[in-house]
Amino acid sequence: MEHILTPKVEEVKLLDRYTAKKPAIGTLYLTATHLIFVETSCNTRKETWMLHHLIATVEKLPLTAMGCPLHISCKNFHVAHFVISSERDCQNVHQSLVRLSQPGKVEELYAFLYNPKQDDDERRNGWGFIDSAMDFKRMGLPNEFWEMTDLNKNYELCSTYHSELGIPKTASKGTVFGSAKFRSRGRIPTLSYYHKESNAAICRCSQPLSGLSGRCVEDEEMLQAISRANPKSTFMYVVDTRPKLNAMANRAAGKGYENEDNYSNIRFQFVGIENIHVMRNSLQKLLEVCAMKSPTMSDYLTGLENSGWLRHIKAVMDAGVFLAKALAEDKASVLVHCSDGWDRTAQVCSLASILLDPFYRTIKGLMVLIEKEWISMGHKFTQRCGHVDGDPKEVSPVFTQFIECLWNLMEQYPCGFEYNEKYLLEIHNHVYSCQFGNFIGNCQREREEMRLYERTFSVWPFLWENRHQYRNPLHKCSLGREVLRPSTLPLNFKFWCGMYNHFDKGMQPKQSILDHLLTITQKKAEGEKKMTDLQRQLAVMDGVLADQGSPTGTPPEQTSLSPESVSHTAENAKPLMNGAAVEEAEIELVPTAGSEKMEPVAIEN
Amino acid sequence: MEFSEHIKTANVEDVVLRRPFHPPMQGTLCVTGHHLLFSNRDGDSSRLVLLLLRNIDAIEKRPSGSSGTITLKCKDLCVLQLDIPGMEECLNIARSIEYLSSLDIVSDMYPFFYRPLKLSLQDQWGLSSAEQNYAQMEELQDRWRLSHVNKDYSVCPSYPPAVIVPHSIDDETLVKVAKFRQGGRFPVLCYYHRKNGMVIMRSSQPLTGANRKRCREDELLLQAVIDGSGLGYIIDTRSNQQAQQARMTGGGFESKSSYSCWKRLHRQLERGKVLQESLIKLVEACGDHSHSVDRWLSKLENSKWLSHVHTALATAGLLAECVERDGHSVLVHGSEGTDTTLLVSSLAQLILDPKTRTLAGFLGLLEREWLLAGHPFQQRCAHSAYSHARLRLEAPVFVLLLDCVWQLARQFPLAMGFSEPLLLRLAMEVYASDYGTFLCNSDQERCAAGVKERTHCLFQFLLKPSERERYSNPLYEPTELAIWPSVQPQSLQLWRGLFLRWTQHAVHLEKAQEELRNLVIECRGAS
Repeated sequence: MEHILTPKVEEVKLLDRYTAKKPAIGTLYLTATHLIFVETSCNTRKETWMLHHLIATVEKLPLTAMGCPLHISCKNFHVAHFVISSERDCQNVHQSLVRLSQPGKVEELYAFLYNPKQDDDERRNGWGFIDSAMDFKRMGLPNEFWEMTDLNKNYELCSTYHSELGIPKTASKGTVFGSAKFRSRGRIPTLSYYHKESNAAICRCSQPLSGLSGRCVEDEEMLQAISRANPKSTFMYVVDTRPKLNAMANRAAGKGYENEDNYSNIRFQFVGIENIHVMRNSLQKLLEVCAMKSPTMSDYLTGLENSGWLRHIKAVMDAGVFLAKALAEDKASVLVHCSDGWDRTAQVCSLASILLDPFYRTIKGLMVLIEKEWISMGHKFTQRCGHVDGDPKEVSPVFTQFIECLWNLMEQYPCGFEYNEKYLLEIHNHVYSCQFGNFIGNCQREREEMRLYERTFSVWPFLWENRHQYRNPLHKCSLGREVLRPSTLPLNFKFWCGMYNHFDKGMQPKQSILDHLLTITQKKAEGEKKMTDLQRQLAVMDGVLADQGSPTGTPPEQTSLSPESVSHTAENAKPLMNGAAVEEAEIELVPTAGSEKMEPVAIEN
Repeated sequence: MEFSEHIKTANVEDVVLRRPFHPPMQGTLCVTGHHLLFSNRDGDSSRLVLLLLRNIDAIEKRPSGSSGTITLKCKDLCVLQLDIPGMEECLNIARSIEYLSSLDIVSDMYPFFYRPLKLSLQDQWGLSSAEQNYAQMEELQDRWRLSHVNKDYSVCPSYPPAVIVPHSIDDETLVKVAKFRQGGRFPVLCYYHRKNGMVIMRSSQPLTGANRKRCREDELLLQAVIDGSGLGYIIDTRSNQQAQQARMTGGGFESKSSYSCWKRLHRQLERGKVLQESLIKLVEACGDHSHSVDRWLSKLENSKWLSHVHTALATAGLLAECVERDGHSVLVHGSEGTDTTLLVSSLAQLILDPKTRTLAGFLGLLEREWLLAGHPFQQRCAHSAYSHARLRLEAPVFVLLLDCVWQLARQFPLAMGFSEPLLLRLAMEVYASDYGTFLCNSDQERCAAGVKERTHCLFQFLLKPSERERYSNPLYEPTELAIWPSVQPQSLQLWRGLFLRWTQHAVHLEKAQEELRNLVIECRGAS
């Protein structure tokens, strides 16, 4: 709290980002966790909440006739332009926000304050809700070709990997350790996805330390073992997701890529996804396009083109499609890497998994996938999301791109996914907000060292509990095991207004088909439930059925889409909180800041 | 006319037909006066593909050895290919198609031959008359009257026989005003806003010319429009500069000094050749399947199609705002008053008037504001985006309208009683149709050609229960409120349903639409 110099400023103006509409006037509050703007100029009470940790930049502009402008932009692309009449107040707010939005250490993040009133058991169960090891079981592991090893249980093999790894059965301990020495940061080839139908697998690793001519027998053996685990195929693909030029430059630094001559039966391929710095700059340009006040259509389209953003999204999607095709059509295994194997590799492997396996197109499946390919395989969330004050060059929208690729897929397959756009936005929000512990830390080992599982809560049970909001009413399970073959023609990649202009309500469709469908399907389910209850009561009265003492007892869960199923929340997770009513830690003011919303959104009461 | 003179080869066996979403099919090709007929007998099942020759926009023939390939590019943007054995047959068929697809005598066209069993020529043609429309709007009758000054089309050839004008302006005055407006299109009422009694008028440009001619009667008419309310707006769909230039060729605008109670706003909407070329570029961009996002975006930008959508919607929004928010009456015109004028006035009505958002209401709007108001459909839709023919008077103004309506419906998915398939159907029918609705350039021409007696009416057909079902919006929930579209570029999208209709991608989207319809029906059944 020592950072809050001015907890409350009155007569603050909130300008509309795009139009010259009359600004809203209200009071600005700074709490320990949020900036809250309460509009006083209109009859309806309107609040805007911004979590400090979501703030990406806060900028104080030179004094104008109206007052002192303060521009805030958040990592979830919420942008607010305030004007504060007193320069001194503005200065204070600015200074506080700069400090609050960039905590010096992880322990200051919201997740360590946030308490949904659960006891330790509930917390533990919550963390156990999603278990990536279970997913390997689901794929049929261990089997005659693959096994789970605990060679990394003390993180000695690779400090940034998970402790349990899937490796080919025929790879000896010597091979594994030898290969680890030849791979950047010891990130050996390990199983990402096993495709039951073809026996082919997606494996992932980091770049080999080959330099200009180096080789490593154990690493070659390791790839052989992966190849052998798919006996029906005579070759495997090795996909380097970097542009060729970048990979070649790495060779000069003692790293590099696989030489086809040294590895037997591999087909080597570059797919040309740019690095984190290019992506960061591209997003920056995209956001500049979004920030244009009243652009012409040409300004906008030219800006979109120049940002390169959709080109990068397409590159990631192309790579994912390449992988899925290799497994489904060529029945060949694929080994994927980039430099360290925690950014582009994570994007591409998880996209391919979604294309191949309908499980990942379900609400729970996506949680498992993110847990497996991102969290446990060491995507550096703390650095990439800039959770704490650190090197700005480490920040990059890698995860955002993955979510955007997924959205593009959903646009092409409106019936193919159990979840809807809101689910993607909610996950994206949680990745950056740090309300829960899942996306804190750069790898599993760090999370253990921080004792996150004892000090913070997991987001997954929370999302699961609210899953009725995230379902896609058009989802058709009948698509079965179909492999998705999306078109990657450039014209299929669209600007995602729902993400980048999510908080500019005027720009979204004014009526939502999704909300409408959710409402009517929910009503229908309620009607059906009432009907079954009545029938049941009738049966009891008629003496056909024994009274089980619970008139509200629901019949067995009918479909996974039924909103009623919320009431019997999953086997392993007890409800974390009741509906949206959550108590916040340490909010001081708020006569009105109602304990209703955790998210910084405008609420109209 | 004898079509048979132009058919040298009527039948060819063993032709292979290739078209989107279907595997190649072998069968017999047959050319008739108005159709290409392709039939394939495969064991017991036989399949028939019927293509209206009028739908063919461009034809390309390529010889390969003793056989030939004909590529047919249709006005609905579909591309088909026929592999025809025998060079001579191929050339004969190509020649027939070339001739028969571009007949220009109206009475030779297919609607005059189309006689389906379930329709009768005795059925009513058109949805409602000007008299009926006027009679329904009691609230305007004390200030506005129905004038039959144009009953023999002599005052304005492109207007219908009856129009609504201020009560105080007699027919004699109207005749004088008509002489002062291009094509005789004097200001008429096209929309009355119940909430505040304000109106939308439309006309063509005044013929002020280089020496700033004035017309007392014209000024009087406009004065009568704003009687009491003080100030009116004129939305000129040309830039200020274009309007100034128009004076050199006898046209012009309403100057401040002569029309002191009217405030002019200029918004430049493209028309004619520029618009046609925009469509051609857009369709070309959509057909370019190279793999560069940059190239796609650059071509999309370069086509300017979305810019036209943007300007049209923004101008319509401005017009609606003048009427609803500022409480002023508005006169819209460009130069001829038959294209962008109608585009803007009908979009503004969709924004303001819930009655125009039902299926019947929308078709009624099209009848009033496009067919009766004299949009020259035959000239504008002679060719579409593929034609190599030299451009004459073609311009996809109506397609642009449909695109804007689609944008509105995308932003307000519950507000419209009709759905995307209706817009797609209209986009097709306007270029090639079994029905007579879009034939000719004006009501006068349609009457002269006997369209109303000898062809069937598309709009009547679309309102039959079976069709109504297909084209209604399952999500429709009427709202009395104005629907204000967002015109930020981010809020507008390429109309995939039309421009990318023949890509594989469309299949999943169509399935989703079907799924949505089923779901809504199911939910409705349950409640």
